[in-house]
Amino acid sequence: MRVEGKGLIDRKQRLSFRFDGRTYHGFAGDTLASALLANDVRHVARSFKYHRPRGILTAGSEEPNALVTIGRGPATDPNVRATVQELYDGLEARSQNAWPSLGFDVLSINDLAAPFLGAGFYYKTFMWPRAFWEKVYEPFIRRAAGLGALGGEKDADHYEKAYAFCDVLVIGAGPAGLMAAWTAAQAGAQVILADEDSRMGGRLNAETLTIDDKPGADWAADMVSKLAAMDNVRLMPRTTVTGAHDGGTFGALERVSHHVNGVPPGGVKETFWRIVAKRSILAAGAIERHIAFQNNDRPGIMAAGAVRAYLNRFGVSAGKAVTVFANNDDAHRTAMDLQDAGVHIAAVIDSRKDAQALGDYRLMSGAIVTGAEGRKGLEAIRVTTATGTEKIATDCLAVSGGWNPTVHMTCHMNGRPTWDERIASFVPTPGAIPGMETAGACNGAFSTASCLSEGVAAARSSLDALGMTAPDIKIPQADDSNYALEPLWAVPGKGRAWLDFQNDVSVKDVKQAAQENFTSVEHMKRYTTQGMATDQGKNSNVAALALLADATGRGIPETGTTTFRPPYTPVALAALGAGAQGKGFAPERKTTSHAASVAAGAPMIEAGLWYRPSHFPLPDEKTWRQSCDREVGWVRNAVGICDVSTLGKIDIQGPDAAKLLDFVYTNMFSTLKENRVRYGLMLREDGHLMDDGTTARLGENHYVMTTTTAAAGQVMRHLEFVTQALHPEWDVRIMSVTEQWAQFAVAGPKSRELLNGLLDDAIDDSKWPFMSCGPVTVQGVKGRLFRISFSGEHAYELAVPSRYGDSLFRLLVARAESLGGGAYGMEALNVLRIEKGFITHSEIDGRVTAQDIGMARMLSEKKDFIGATMAQRPGLTEAGRAQLVGLKPVGPVKQLTAGAHIYTDGAEPVAEHDQGYVTSVGFSPTLGHFIGLGFVTDGLSRHGDVLNMVDHVRGIQTRVELCDPVFFDPKGERTRG
Amino acid sequence: MRLRCPICGERDRREFYYQGAAVMLDRPAPDAGEAAWDNYLHLRENPAGDLEEVWSHDAGCGAWLKVTRNVSTHEIKSVELAREVKQ
Amino acid sequence: MADLIAKTPLDSMEPVTIGTCTVTEANLGTLTSIAPYAGAKIADTFKTAHGMAWPAPNRATGKDGARAIWFGRDMVLLAGPDPDAGLAKHAALTDQSDAWTAVTLGGADAEAVLARLIPLDLSPANFKRGHTARTQIQHMTGSVTRIGADTFLLLVFRSMAGTLLHDLERAMASVAVRG
Repeated sequence: MRVEGKGLIDRKQRLSFRFDGRTYHGFAGDTLASALLANDVRHVARSFKYHRPRGILTAGSEEPNALVTIGRGPATDPNVRATVQELYDGLEARSQNAWPSLGFDVLSINDLAAPFLGAGFYYKTFMWPRAFWEKVYEPFIRRAAGLGALGGEKDADHYEKAYAFCDVLVIGAGPAGLMAAWTAAQAGAQVILADEDSRMGGRLNAETLTIDDKPGADWAADMVSKLAAMDNVRLMPRTTVTGAHDGGTFGALERVSHHVNGVPPGGVKETFWRIVAKRSILAAGAIERHIAFQNNDRPGIMAAGAVRAYLNRFGVSAGKAVTVFANNDDAHRTAMDLQDAGVHIAAVIDSRKDAQALGDYRLMSGAIVTGAEGRKGLEAIRVTTATGTEKIATDCLAVSGGWNPTVHMTCHMNGRPTWDERIASFVPTPGAIPGMETAGACNGAFSTASCLSEGVAAARSSLDALGMTAPDIKIPQADDSNYALEPLWAVPGKGRAWLDFQNDVSVKDVKQAAQENFTSVEHMKRYTTQGMATDQGKNSNVAALALLADATGRGIPETGTTTFRPPYTPVALAALGAGAQGKGFAPERKTTSHAASVAAGAPMIEAGLWYRPSHFPLPDEKTWRQSCDREVGWVRNAVGICDVSTLGKIDIQGPDAAKLLDFVYTNMFSTLKENRVRYGLMLREDGHLMDDGTTARLGENHYVMTTTTAAAGQVMRHLEFVTQALHPEWDVRIMSVTEQWAQFAVAGPKSRELLNGLLDDAIDDSKWPFMSCGPVTVQGVKGRLFRISFSGEHAYELAVPSRYGDSLFRLLVARAESLGGGAYGMEALNVLRIEKGFITHSEIDGRVTAQDIGMARMLSEKKDFIGATMAQRPGLTEAGRAQLVGLKPVGPVKQLTAGAHIYTDGAEPVAEHDQGYVTSVGFSPTLGHFIGLGFVTDGLSRHGDVLNMVDHVRGIQTRVELCDPVFFDPKGERTRG
Repeated sequence: MRLRCPICGERDRREFYYQGAAVMLDRPAPDAGEAAWDNYLHLRENPAGDLEEVWSHDAGCGAWLKVTRNVSTHEIKSVELAREVKQ
Repeated sequence: MADLIAKTPLDSMEPVTIGTCTVTEANLGTLTSIAPYAGAKIADTFKTAHGMAWPAPNRATGKDGARAIWFGRDMVLLAGPDPDAGLAKHAALTDQSDAWTAVTLGGADAEAVLARLIPLDLSPANFKRGHTARTQIQHMTGSVTRIGADTFLLLVFRSMAGTLLHDLERAMASVAVRG
């Protein structure tokens, strides 16, 4: 219920929202949780395993119970913590993990079957019979267990990543964080202050404490506005720092549009930040822990600090007759604040015998709560004292077992926290994250005064490390009361007492784990599932390991903690993959002929990042094969045009250019004459083929190298390695010019005729023999012409600056069409090269040597080159290696398929009879049958052998004859003619 | 993780290409023998501590770098230009 | 016979404005990569020939119409004039005029837009006018130079023009919505 005169909400802005189909109202500044409590909705969820009714436990991101689904369809967000979901008008939330409804949940029968579903149940109960696991047990468990479900439709919202940089990153904007940010900002440091809440101030917004005689929330608001006005400060509210990573890098999730009804057009739902900070200050506060007793999970039983937060920040009393159960002084404030606001306090139960009342309420010291009644909402508690047991009617029990510092981030780089007996909890181990200071409650300093002074001190240390001068900062006056507690993890007694609410782990489960010898804390976690799922046991970890320590007779420090890993709170995969949706996945590289190819109806296929035309269909062609056959025919009989700009082109200049080429290629390039082109093979240092291509000598000290499209980046990096790391003394400069030139193959018997109508100066075979190159002009534009061929025909490649690429391509195609040819695509290019036995990366797949492809003669013996030594090692030269062969069908089945294996003819097609594999295939319209390239054991000397090709995947068997890989024009007369 | 490129300054590790152990900076002579080449290409130390590595500032200036990195803590001890190491 | 028609990487698109920022295709003129040979003393020759200083690493010199942009290890990109012939004996010169997509991004939120694409601190304190970097622009490698108080020059490979525009528009929209 609302309490008049309390809270930081805006009562003038009334908001309407729906929960499980019913309409309610709240105010601006509410969370979904506070609005539900204001409407007296206490039962909001069912637990994971036993489907027990659950209510709101906390007021923060550590909430284990109140997980709901927000939105519908593609915008569905499951597992949203109602405690952090800001209320907006029109918000629609649904409960999860209950069927048919939250009130009547069929699977709550699991709760009755609990004796069979205890810790490790899935390792035991469902073991037999074995065959039942997949068909019966697993489907049942999957249906029964679980959190919210995804919408099932593609998430239409955008997410983004972004980078931020600062001198000092302050994580958490409570009193310690605000003072740290203020101090660092006064010194002129670039400061980022990030807080997961929409309103900065931390606990100051949830308490009635004062700072410098001002209400804490007002002091915080003043600080925030002063910081916001500074140029060197960046405030990041709604931003959870999720992880501390190497080198001062932090991940942070900003919830950009969760507080509004739908992502605005062009906007993003979340931004995942990478913040790079020279220094960082963790001021993440602390999380209150529960106390285990029978039925301590009933809706209405809440964290004491949360009950205060709902009152002081949201103007909501979580009950009408409130009781408090605690082992420390801090929780007494809950009674005081509620009483001041006019709420009835039925009793304060303090387990400490010497507990003192802070005000005029009924205190039961040395007492414990031993049970709770009211299944879907708390009705009464049983309190046991030295003299007996009393039942007290109450609809809200505020529990505090003390506070656990939020040390998580300090453990993200393998650090372990240190046990602090004083507060019976873990505190950060100094230096666990390089460059990180810790301050305030996360450091075990719980009073407001100590938070303020630790914030200043942490900033001072950070500024010192940055070489900056810390200003004199007056530390404001604030409460400095002592935090006194006596540890109490679980009250003794019968019945199930809950530790981990999200995973339904009880005290008994932890004891059972210990009994069954899962005594390591990591084993206990996995055996009981304590500390798993969305809250990662934020409320229960310390208590669970304290009980484990007790059960195993060890101390808590020796028992240790499980490993805290990023992210601190859940991060949607959509945020981690942000920017990679749709066209953001990878750059699209488009050639200058792209528009013309698409306009001609060519389907574009991906070649690495490039898009290249598959084929250019004519209107009467039904299949790609028809187009491909026709395009091959054009090149063999007339002339074809193909964009080859995607091949890597590298400009190599300098006095030692030839030395470099001789070193990276297996064959000689220093002997190449100017205006001539040579084919070269490049090895890796281990003797295997890296790439092949042609290199042209444009001048005495000027070459241009061509790489395959696939290996362009790799070869460039390789050349950089050789020139920087192996031979820095060589005077040679290399530069990628792939993008500078639009280059087109003009291939076919009529290629010279085509060019001679186009080039400003006619060419002839005497001046432009095979493997020549040189400058030309095309309608006044300076270009380069290479007489090289990847088709086996008389052919050229003509390059012009890319700005003219589109225009030249259209011109070339038009001229080709007038000569009985036209454009050809990747399919035809592939068939043409297979007909000639030219290799691509389908063949040189990283395991293949020059010898394997029959090019041993290209390994020069006159020089050292990359791979020279290792190419001669026995494993690469001895008999029995798979070698390149041509393949043609000779049996009734005529089809060849790439990827198929080749087996001994007549033998069973199994691994022990494997002879090799097929790398490339195509239907040759020139020869009228399928042809293929492949690798077969000792294949170079086995031409004429007949073997059995078997494609086990597609179910094809074809008898094949091994032959020379050059199927067409073996003497190369067409190329040279 | 961040590396300080001697030319470009400190950059996110995503700008860099990781190659492997810095052994590969010391290419043996062609006739150095099997053991030397085996060591150059295949044999690698795997210390839980400092390791000398080569990286390339691929998405930056293009420099090849010799990096000394503690592979347990990811602390970067030094970053040098491969070209200067070799000269 | 039809003349060959020149096309720019973004086909002379109209400037695109979203929120406070505008992306404009930039015509930088001739682009020449200049990679000095070993021991070359190119700075004086360059200064005399082109009237601007030879830029140190991560710096750009000159102004609109004639800039020298550090472009990587031992390499400078001369943008604007044709390179002086005298430079050829000091350095490898390579014509790059058609190899790069060049755009300017200007506007009050330009830094915020680029914070979504570039993993560098581009704040004025760290990245002043005349500072340049080779770095990543989303998934592309590129070059970024501050050429004005709130204006940046971005270069990526020509073939990636469409992706650059897409990525910029997406980031500009996101920043504009935040207001």
